[in-house]
Amino acid sequence: MSFDLSHLRQLEAESIHIFREVAAEFERPCLLFSGGKDSIVMLHVAQKAFWPAKMPFVVMHVDTGHNFAEVLEFRDRRVAELGVRLVVASVQEAIDAGRVVEETGPRASRNRLQTAALLHAIEEHRFDALFGGARRDEEKARAKERVYSFRDEFGQWDPKNQRPELWSLYNGRIRMGEHIRVFPISNYTELDIWQYIKDEGIEIPSVYFAHRREVFERDSVLLSTGPYVTLMDGEEPFIETVRYRTVGDMSCTGAVPSSADTVDKIIEEVAATRITERGATRADDKVSEAAMEDRKKEGYF
Amino acid sequence: MEMLRFATAGSVDDGKSTLIGRLLYDTKTIFEDQMEAVEKASVQMGTEYTNLALLTDGLRAEREQGITIDVAYRYFATPRRKFIIADTPGHIQYTRNMVTGASTADLAIVLIDARKGVLEQSKRHAFLASLLRIPHLVLAVNKMDLVDYDQQRFEEVRNEFRDFAAKLNIADLTFIPVSALHGDNIVDRSANMEWYQGPSLLHHLEEVHIASDRNLIDARFPVQYVIRPQSDQYHDYRGYAGTVAGGVLRTGDEVTVLASGFSSTIKSIDTFDGPVTEAFSPMAVTIRLNDEIDISRGDMIVRPNNQPNVAQDIDAMVCWMSERVSLRPNSKFVIKHTTRSTKAVVKDLTYLLDINTLHRDDSASELALNEIGRVQIRSQVPLFFDEFRRNRQTGSFVVIDEASNVTVGAGMILGTVS
Repeated sequence: MSFDLSHLRQLEAESIHIFREVAAEFERPCLLFSGGKDSIVMLHVAQKAFWPAKMPFVVMHVDTGHNFAEVLEFRDRRVAELGVRLVVASVQEAIDAGRVVEETGPRASRNRLQTAALLHAIEEHRFDALFGGARRDEEKARAKERVYSFRDEFGQWDPKNQRPELWSLYNGRIRMGEHIRVFPISNYTELDIWQYIKDEGIEIPSVYFAHRREVFERDSVLLSTGPYVTLMDGEEPFIETVRYRTVGDMSCTGAVPSSADTVDKIIEEVAATRITERGATRADDKVSEAAMEDRKKEGYF
Repeated sequence: MEMLRFATAGSVDDGKSTLIGRLLYDTKTIFEDQMEAVEKASVQMGTEYTNLALLTDGLRAEREQGITIDVAYRYFATPRRKFIIADTPGHIQYTRNMVTGASTADLAIVLIDARKGVLEQSKRHAFLASLLRIPHLVLAVNKMDLVDYDQQRFEEVRNEFRDFAAKLNIADLTFIPVSALHGDNIVDRSANMEWYQGPSLLHHLEEVHIASDRNLIDARFPVQYVIRPQSDQYHDYRGYAGTVAGGVLRTGDEVTVLASGFSSTIKSIDTFDGPVTEAFSPMAVTIRLNDEIDISRGDMIVRPNNQPNVAQDIDAMVCWMSERVSLRPNSKFVIKHTTRSTKAVVKDLTYLLDINTLHRDDSASELALNEIGRVQIRSQVPLFFDEFRRNRQTGSFVVIDEASNVTVGAGMILGTVS
């Protein structure tokens, strides 16, 4: 017996450890679930961590209202299978209640408004720990974030003042009104996620696989046409075989041309790609060098 | 595929960022859009060359000041292994960040500029690697191109470092002459240094034997969480969930549960994917016992004839991490050790260690930010621990300040106070 564990088993064990640690030390944890592949993997690991019991926390979707129909359907089915409670934090509701003002114009995005909806839900439900599916390989501000990421009573992240985090000893002590964002899959890369999805036979929404779709090009990103976007002058829709590398708000998540229609082909594609998934697909990250850091400071995921 | 976590310490001057940039670039891990962004930022900042440090220095403050402040985690893989780099700042002012990054590392790379030789900073990095019990240390003698790839210069540096390292506890020390800028001995063996017979840096990272670094002898299972489904199907199920922190546990094993001291045998070791016959570090499993014993979080399942220390008076090396509060005799804190949190009081600061000279100052009255010292602590409840050198998981703790809830120190247990 060699007592070897593959890198995927080690990553999974680390994530399970984090889930159990939070369940043991917090009163009201919550798992953020978007229906994207990372949160699907996170939910899968959470299920494993507490089996044969149900996971001892609720699942929350921060809903911009600009969803892929397939992803919403997937979300509801998965939550029903697991028998967990779903909380929806709605950006539309926040707009209707006057807590935020919708951007206008063809480039309007609800991405930033998600922060307000999220922080409102945290306060309303008094969540003290929120699991997020962020990975450190995604983005350079995330590369610096702790597994347990402290948020003050305004939900803000202070990157210059993070708590030291050593060994696997996580400090979850907070005062009333503060909370911790917890990132159990911090150390997975995009490729690890896909290999894990394959190994575990995890189901994912169909938009991740190559399909024919009407798209148009904006800022070198392929966006889907549909009710949530307004074409600007010179933007011509066309049909292309594409897939999504990330799944988020339809108005700012781009598709990539791809013929990968199975998990194996996606793994091949991801292993060979020379562009990061955010660079290829997220219009919102292109604003500035520190766009993600700035949004995170305000309380974004 | 195996996984190796390694830490690098240093500043831009040592060529640390160039080295990491080179590893990422040559293993095709740097993406085109990242490279483009770095090139754009370099032009904006007015630097003459593409500044690879911008790849790792991700925070606004770091980019503005041109320094690494905090640990950044970087990932790359070869067909043989997945690598996680904890990229840490080298300056003494950021010792706590270096210690944080080093805490989970299997291997550390210390960079030395071949022109400058062994500096105070290199010694400090090597000392911290040995204090944190990183099993493997690589001394990368960089900028060999600037000393004409001279074998004699490499050997001088190596001998100088060996003399110093003899004072430390370093199990495995490897010297590699490299030029990060030109890629010599990074991925492939360099044609410029035929006299060097060893592996390239990447080859060493791929091949270094890490499977035996874990403790597979002393069975330790800190109970993290009790699983009780309370469902019809699993009505009487009661499982103890946790991560194996040492040794191997097998179905049928006789075990003792600390703190109660009661004994039982392992009925099954459960996972979502089905029961397993044995569990070892770092597996996360759920253990069921044949007898009903009162067990809760903070207890530890061990073998009856191989038990950890059980004590309240603990002798430890502590690295202090707070600028706001210092550690002094009689200060009270919370400490978190395995799955157990307890109040603790500092009984004595035995000495303060100068991390540059290793000189011990036994007249010191406090430990301040980035200082390391030997401390005697008394905990409110007994801890179940091993010496840090024997087990990094059961031998480590963090110190938390109760007023601010901030982690203010990191402890490595030497033993019980005699």
